[in-house]
Amino acid sequence: MASDKITVLDPRGFPPVVTRKELAPRLDTLDGKTVYLVDCRFDDSDVFLKQVQAWFAEHLPAVRTVFKPISSVYLKDDPTTWEEIRARGHAAIVGVGH
Amino acid sequence: MTIEARYGVPTVAMHTDKFVKVVRSVAEVNGMPGLRQVFVPQPVMGKTAHELRAYVDGADQVTGRPVMREVLDGLTRPFTDAELKLVEYDRSTPRLLPADTEDSLHRLFLDNMWTDGLPIVLPTEERVAAMLAATRRKPDEVVGRMRPTHFREAWEYTVEKVAVNAVMAGARPEYFPVILAIAASGATARGSTTSSAAAMVVVNGPVRHGIGMNAGIGAMGPYNHANATIGRAYGLLSQNLQGGSVPGLTYMGSQGNNYAYNNVTFAENEERSPWEPFHVQHGFAPTDSAVSVFTGCRSTAYTLGVREKHWREHVRNLLRGMDPHIPPTLILDPIAARQFIDRGGFTKKEALIDWIHDNARMPAGEYWDYQLIQNYIYPRATFGEEPWAGKLRAAPDELIPMYERDDIHVVVVGGETNPYWRIMGCTYQKTISVDEWR
Repeated sequence: MASDKITVLDPRGFPPVVTRKELAPRLDTLDGKTVYLVDCRFDDSDVFLKQVQAWFAEHLPAVRTVFKPISSVYLKDDPTTWEEIRARGHAAIVGVGH
Repeated sequence: MTIEARYGVPTVAMHTDKFVKVVRSVAEVNGMPGLRQVFVPQPVMGKTAHELRAYVDGADQVTGRPVMREVLDGLTRPFTDAELKLVEYDRSTPRLLPADTEDSLHRLFLDNMWTDGLPIVLPTEERVAAMLAATRRKPDEVVGRMRPTHFREAWEYTVEKVAVNAVMAGARPEYFPVILAIAASGATARGSTTSSAAAMVVVNGPVRHGIGMNAGIGAMGPYNHANATIGRAYGLLSQNLQGGSVPGLTYMGSQGNNYAYNNVTFAENEERSPWEPFHVQHGFAPTDSAVSVFTGCRSTAYTLGVREKHWREHVRNLLRGMDPHIPPTLILDPIAARQFIDRGGFTKKEALIDWIHDNARMPAGEYWDYQLIQNYIYPRATFGEEPWAGKLRAAPDELIPMYERDDIHVVVVGGETNPYWRIMGCTYQKTISVDEWR
């Protein structure tokens, strides 16, 4: 009978536990700070980030920007670049994700 | 996410607006729901610097506030206590769904996007038990882990979970070891890629006959129960066991892909092939049964026969029509395979593969200008990775190989009604024993 209730199994796999990661404290101001513009090297993101860089130069000249392409493709971790940003930078803008 | 969480650098991620749901979801499942993200219009690709400056000067596509205001706030506005609170949250899925009528359950599966849009067989305990009886493996044994994209977390699945999806696809229990072997590959048939990829499965060995698979007339079409339902099961298990394949969230294929309905699943025609079977090329004995999984299936080129006078030019033309980022697998009717021997003397598959590698060439300048080469190969070349770094040194008009030799493959299938053959652009992943999953 179509109106009878039946029991079936759930088809979904098992998701892992999610542990919330701590986010970095925000800066009080960007004046005098170095902001890395991290190019993920995907679909003309370099052209876009250079426009972001131009915006900073025009509107916030007290902010130093560094245009930084990642070393390889976005699928690969890039600890050398991340270490450089931590050592020499104060903040990062990553783009363009799609 | 890495710079923010692992290196402690305040970060803003900029995305295009088509990806709002997916990037927020990715941040959440990576434990960073408070990640600061800003959204500009889609597309960025192909826009001029002037047009992209308008994006920068324009409004965030989600909040409506100026893009750069969002960026500055993202780097300087302190997090609230709620955003900083460290929380772990467990996620799970039950073994059984609440009892309901068949009509309601069919609606539930459809609404939750647990199907491919076609009717399914409801996975009752009896049907799943019958499927499980076809393997000596325990129901709670972990088969593997899978995810729709590099950025998402991998979900885990057991033999029983694979059986549930095999039942839904309409597969018979005797197909189950093949489906388990496919699941064990960990390669998803429901990748999230914007390029709309499907998978391909080639079955070799005695199991082809044991379960009545088709390697002859219509093998790649909807004319055989085993071919059809094994391939469908691969799709369903991929989307359900990896945590979904929902457009805009866990699936971003811009156009979609009809190959994804059964993932081009067929048996190789070993009996009529003039060459050794595909699984034997990959380390198995002819008496072994195995499945070979390919991903990234999108592009196809075809022709009829291998002509005496201009076959070389014809094959080169087909190859030049493919995107150079995804390598070619030649799918040959047995007559076409023998014609390649007659025309080119390729008495082994490897000789044909060598010829394809040597002849699939294009000017370096054209090669490096392909968008997918720019996205995925050029960065690796500039990082010094070979063989791409060497290709980067070529002059713009120098003819360079489009593909790596080891990425090119040949499979024989078809019923010899004519020597049609095609090239599938796809990436070979691995070959897995079926016998180990019996």
